[in-house]
Amino acid sequence: MRLINRHPGKRGARLLAIAPFIALAVLYLAASAVRHAANPDDKLLPTLSQMAAAVNLMAFTQDMATGDYLMLTDTLSSLQRLIVGLAISVGISFVIGIAVGMIPYLRKLFVPFIAAFSMVPPLAILPILFIIAGIGETAKVTLIVIGTAPFMVRDLIMRVEEMPKAQLIKAQTLGASSWQMALRVVVPQMLPRLIDSLRLSLGPAWIYLISAEAIAAQDGLGYRIFLVRRYFAMNIIIPYVIWITLLAFLFDVLLRLVQRYAFPWFAGAKTQ
Amino acid sequence: MSTIEVKDVWQIYDDRVVLEKLNLNIEEGSFVSIVGPSGCGKTTLLRMLMSEEFCTRGSILFDGTPLPGEPTPERGVVFQRYSVFPHLTVLDNVLLPMELKTSRFLGKLFGPRRYNAKEDARAMLDHVGLRHAADFYPTQLSGGMQQRLALAQALMAKPRVLLLDEPFSALDPGTRADIHVLTKRLWEETKMTIVMVTHDISEAFRLGTRVIVLERPMPDDPAKGARITHDIPVRPRMKKKGAA
Repeated sequence: MRLINRHPGKRGARLLAIAPFIALAVLYLAASAVRHAANPDDKLLPTLSQMAAAVNLMAFTQDMATGDYLMLTDTLSSLQRLIVGLAISVGISFVIGIAVGMIPYLRKLFVPFIAAFSMVPPLAILPILFIIAGIGETAKVTLIVIGTAPFMVRDLIMRVEEMPKAQLIKAQTLGASSWQMALRVVVPQMLPRLIDSLRLSLGPAWIYLISAEAIAAQDGLGYRIFLVRRYFAMNIIIPYVIWITLLAFLFDVLLRLVQRYAFPWFAGAKTQ
Repeated sequence: MSTIEVKDVWQIYDDRVVLEKLNLNIEEGSFVSIVGPSGCGKTTLLRMLMSEEFCTRGSILFDGTPLPGEPTPERGVVFQRYSVFPHLTVLDNVLLPMELKTSRFLGKLFGPRRYNAKEDARAMLDHVGLRHAADFYPTQLSGGMQQRLALAQALMAKPRVLLLDEPFSALDPGTRADIHVLTKRLWEETKMTIVMVTHDISEAFRLGTRVIVLERPMPDDPAKGARITHDIPVRPRMKKKGAA
């Protein structure tokens, strides 16, 4: 049988899915063991027990100076910045995307501007943000917004434009005004697509969050990683990176579930 | 008196003449089928009747006044695809025209008014044989059911003219025969005018009171647009009631 027609069974598929994870873990542990055999004080590839001790210290032990659990405070601060930033981006892209996508005058007015603005590298204007907004929360949240909103706006404009024209004609023949069409035809069909757009923006949002925290912050996951880098504390950095990855993954799963249960019609409409 | 008068209408895209000096009067209550080979401009003509496209020269009058520049509820439409809204259930699709009419700001009804509107919508679904499917989404329906839903939805807005753009072309023959009977019944009950574009000649004759054939005299010559080559009266309205 041809290669493209062979399919793994259910168990086979599961095994295949976890194989790369196991391979990576085995590879790491072997390399770590080799280095520690040569030099018991190796810091580059910490052993599992070293990382467990670090996690215990960061996550389950009160910090001596502040009395906080550092990993918890870091996570909460980072998530707050991320969620506020993304919420603002979603709000902006929702309003602008639908209005510009529907109204030809706004399209002519804004599309070239948005296209140009989205080419500005967000990290390049980070210094400007720090100068204008100071090094507080505003600058970090603004960076996330500037980094993600233009993409989401453009994506949503395109989604509105690619709606079958027949639908809007039909709505008009049923007597819908522009406002009613926005409310009853366009918005409900754009909400699940906005979730897709948000899922794609999660990756960039984390990049901007960690960049901003690395440069100026008093707490946060990115701040911690860049702080302990000075001591080559790989035993802290690696668990933090895994934790960040896990959080990002959970966000994605959550959004997918929301999409599936809040918009049951969407999966069928997408394949049509 | 004619409902729709097409007067000396030309449609020219760049250098290609699509319709050439078209004249056509459509009488109130008639069922006009427009047939012709693909690319002859029959859909262009229909688009002009729904104000989705505008003629290069000439004029189209509706009750003696020029057609408005955008689609209006007097002229309902059913397309071959994308005629119903995928995010609304069957019942909500039929409810929508009433909601748009009575709730100008939200486009949505609540409480007892919604309850009453739902009763009307269910009666309409009964009429087109879709009551059992009220809670489904359109993508869960077969092609024939989707088009029946599209007809029901269009009728809820009580249009005076219904424009059909190859509405049954994608359906298999059995389903098509059923929906022909339904379309004919709805037309007889509502007394509205129907203009249907199709490439199926037998369908055109089975349903229409009048069949218009649109053809380009020289298909390869872009300077010669389509014109009406045949205008065949089939039967007067209401004469053979129930015939399909």
